Amino acid sequence: MNIKEIQVPSFLRRAFNGRNAAISIPYLWLLLLFLFPFVIVLKISLAQPVIAMPPYTPLFSWGDSLWPKIQAGLDSYLFLFSDSLYIKAYLSSIKIATISTVLTLIIGYAIAYSIARAPTRWRGILLMLVILPFWTSFLIRVYAWIGILKTEGLLNLALMTLGIIEKPLIIMNTDLAVYIGIVYSYLPFMILPLYANLEKMDMNLLEAAADLGCRPFKTFWNVTIPLSLPGILAGCFLVFIPVIGEFVIPDLLGGTKTLMIGKVLWGEFFYNRDWPVASAVAIIMLLLLVVPIIFYQKSQEKAIS
Amino acid sequence: MTRFTKFNVSALVIGFTFLYLPIILLILFSFNESKLVTVWAGFSTKWYVELMQNQGIKDAAWVTFKVAFISSTVATLLGTIAGLVMTRFGNFRGRTLFSGMIYAPMVMPEVILGLSTLLTFITLAIDRGVLTITLAHITFSMCYVSVIIQSRMTSYDDSITEAALDLGCTPFRTFMLITFPIILPAIVSGWLLSFTMSLDDLVIASFTSGPGSTTLPIKIYSMVRLGVTPEINAVSTILVGLVTVGVITASLIGKRQKQQLAQS
Repeated sequence: MNIKEIQVPSFLRRAFNGRNAAISIPYLWLLLLFLFPFVIVLKISLAQPVIAMPPYTPLFSWGDSLWPKIQAGLDSYLFLFSDSLYIKAYLSSIKIATISTVLTLIIGYAIAYSIARAPTRWRGILLMLVILPFWTSFLIRVYAWIGILKTEGLLNLALMTLGIIEKPLIIMNTDLAVYIGIVYSYLPFMILPLYANLEKMDMNLLEAAADLGCRPFKTFWNVTIPLSLPGILAGCFLVFIPVIGEFVIPDLLGGTKTLMIGKVLWGEFFYNRDWPVASAVAIIMLLLLVVPIIFYQKSQEKAIS
Repeated sequence: MTRFTKFNVSALVIGFTFLYLPIILLILFSFNESKLVTVWAGFSTKWYVELMQNQGIKDAAWVTFKVAFISSTVATLLGTIAGLVMTRFGNFRGRTLFSGMIYAPMVMPEVILGLSTLLTFITLAIDRGVLTITLAHITFSMCYVSVIIQSRMTSYDDSITEAALDLGCTPFRTFMLITFPIILPAIVSGWLLSFTMSLDDLVIASFTSGPGSTTLPIKIYSMVRLGVTPEINAVSTILVGLVTVGVITASLIGKRQKQQLAQS
């Protein structure tokens, strides 16, 4: 029998055409490995820790009865709010992320602006110089700062040799080192969206302002900055959101007093092996980030379309 | 307007010094004779020799390259499809969720991604190892690829595909002969980005790795926790060198293609 003669029900044909297959392959992948995992995290955050593998109680258990017994509790969440360490860690993460986003924006804006206003033939190479560290390992770039910032490190050595300071500065293992590390690591994420915006800017508008007697600084403040707002927002989201959960930088450069929630989560999971609490920490962090993430998604969709 | 001003030059000089000085110092001290990373005691390549004899690092490097190669290849395939779906398929059911799932992993803190993927693997009873790291890397890399493809597709001229279809070219042939060559540079840079991101990832790999699947970043991290040594500088220098060569090659290819397009 010829294959073509077989009648395929129309709903099946519709379901298996190329278009739907193309949509469903990446769609199902992300559903299974990105969205579904959050359901699991939520589930485990409601369980109790036990010494077993896996180290948490099952959500449903079948005892003698016909119906499964649901064992869900908010114990992990109550624990988070009863111990001030966790609340402090969330607040401290928000503070560190806010301050470092502002610092990154100021430095990143100056660099992005300078590249966008450089002679055209220079722009390619300058942009390349920004992208290169962005591709270089995060861990290595953070590690590079340890040798510079530590008490007997290169910065203190240089400053003491030059006679600027007499006693070495204590920077390593403080919040200052964390700020330096974050600004350094996230600078390319800020520069790239800012540059993309500033480069496209209509220069006629700036010339018009200058022709009408507006002074350069005022033009910059009243025309350039408002026009570059989409770039500023995109850059700030790209820095602020991941920095909230940053682990490597506070772990390697920060001290015992540096509290960040990403480090707390890591500790709960790897050292305390308390998976329900680690999951609850993740869920609360997610709730904090859901609004900024949606704003980021909207701004990106607008930029691409 | 397009001249270097005093402000621009100083911003660029200070900015690039800040970006590059730490990496340059790191490379410099990998060639230091002394074990101290801050005191220069003469040129030596002995840390590289020592590195070559470190079986742990060599094993970790092999695992890392395997994971990076497979994950970037699969991620490029899935991400390209996702990017084309987002730009060519108009409004399909569930588009908002799809777009959310593409953008969210790019900014989502790595500890959350790592924890959630690991707990999923445990729930599904998949043993932790090379496979789980690879699956986790594909998931976040494909989002980056998809965004690169999407931004390439915004400047894509629809009329050329329409012309091909009007002239009787099948959709598949149209894709292979027209769309694919146009988005090829974006596909290549998506693959390269996925590869380096997989190469660099510490946090997600730490969550999803199992015994015997230590990647290079996990190995470097455990060495860094014990202190700064020239050996770490040496392995970092090799990685920085590889990435630099890769990125420069990719940008030269891109430039050449642009010139060819401009000429034709």
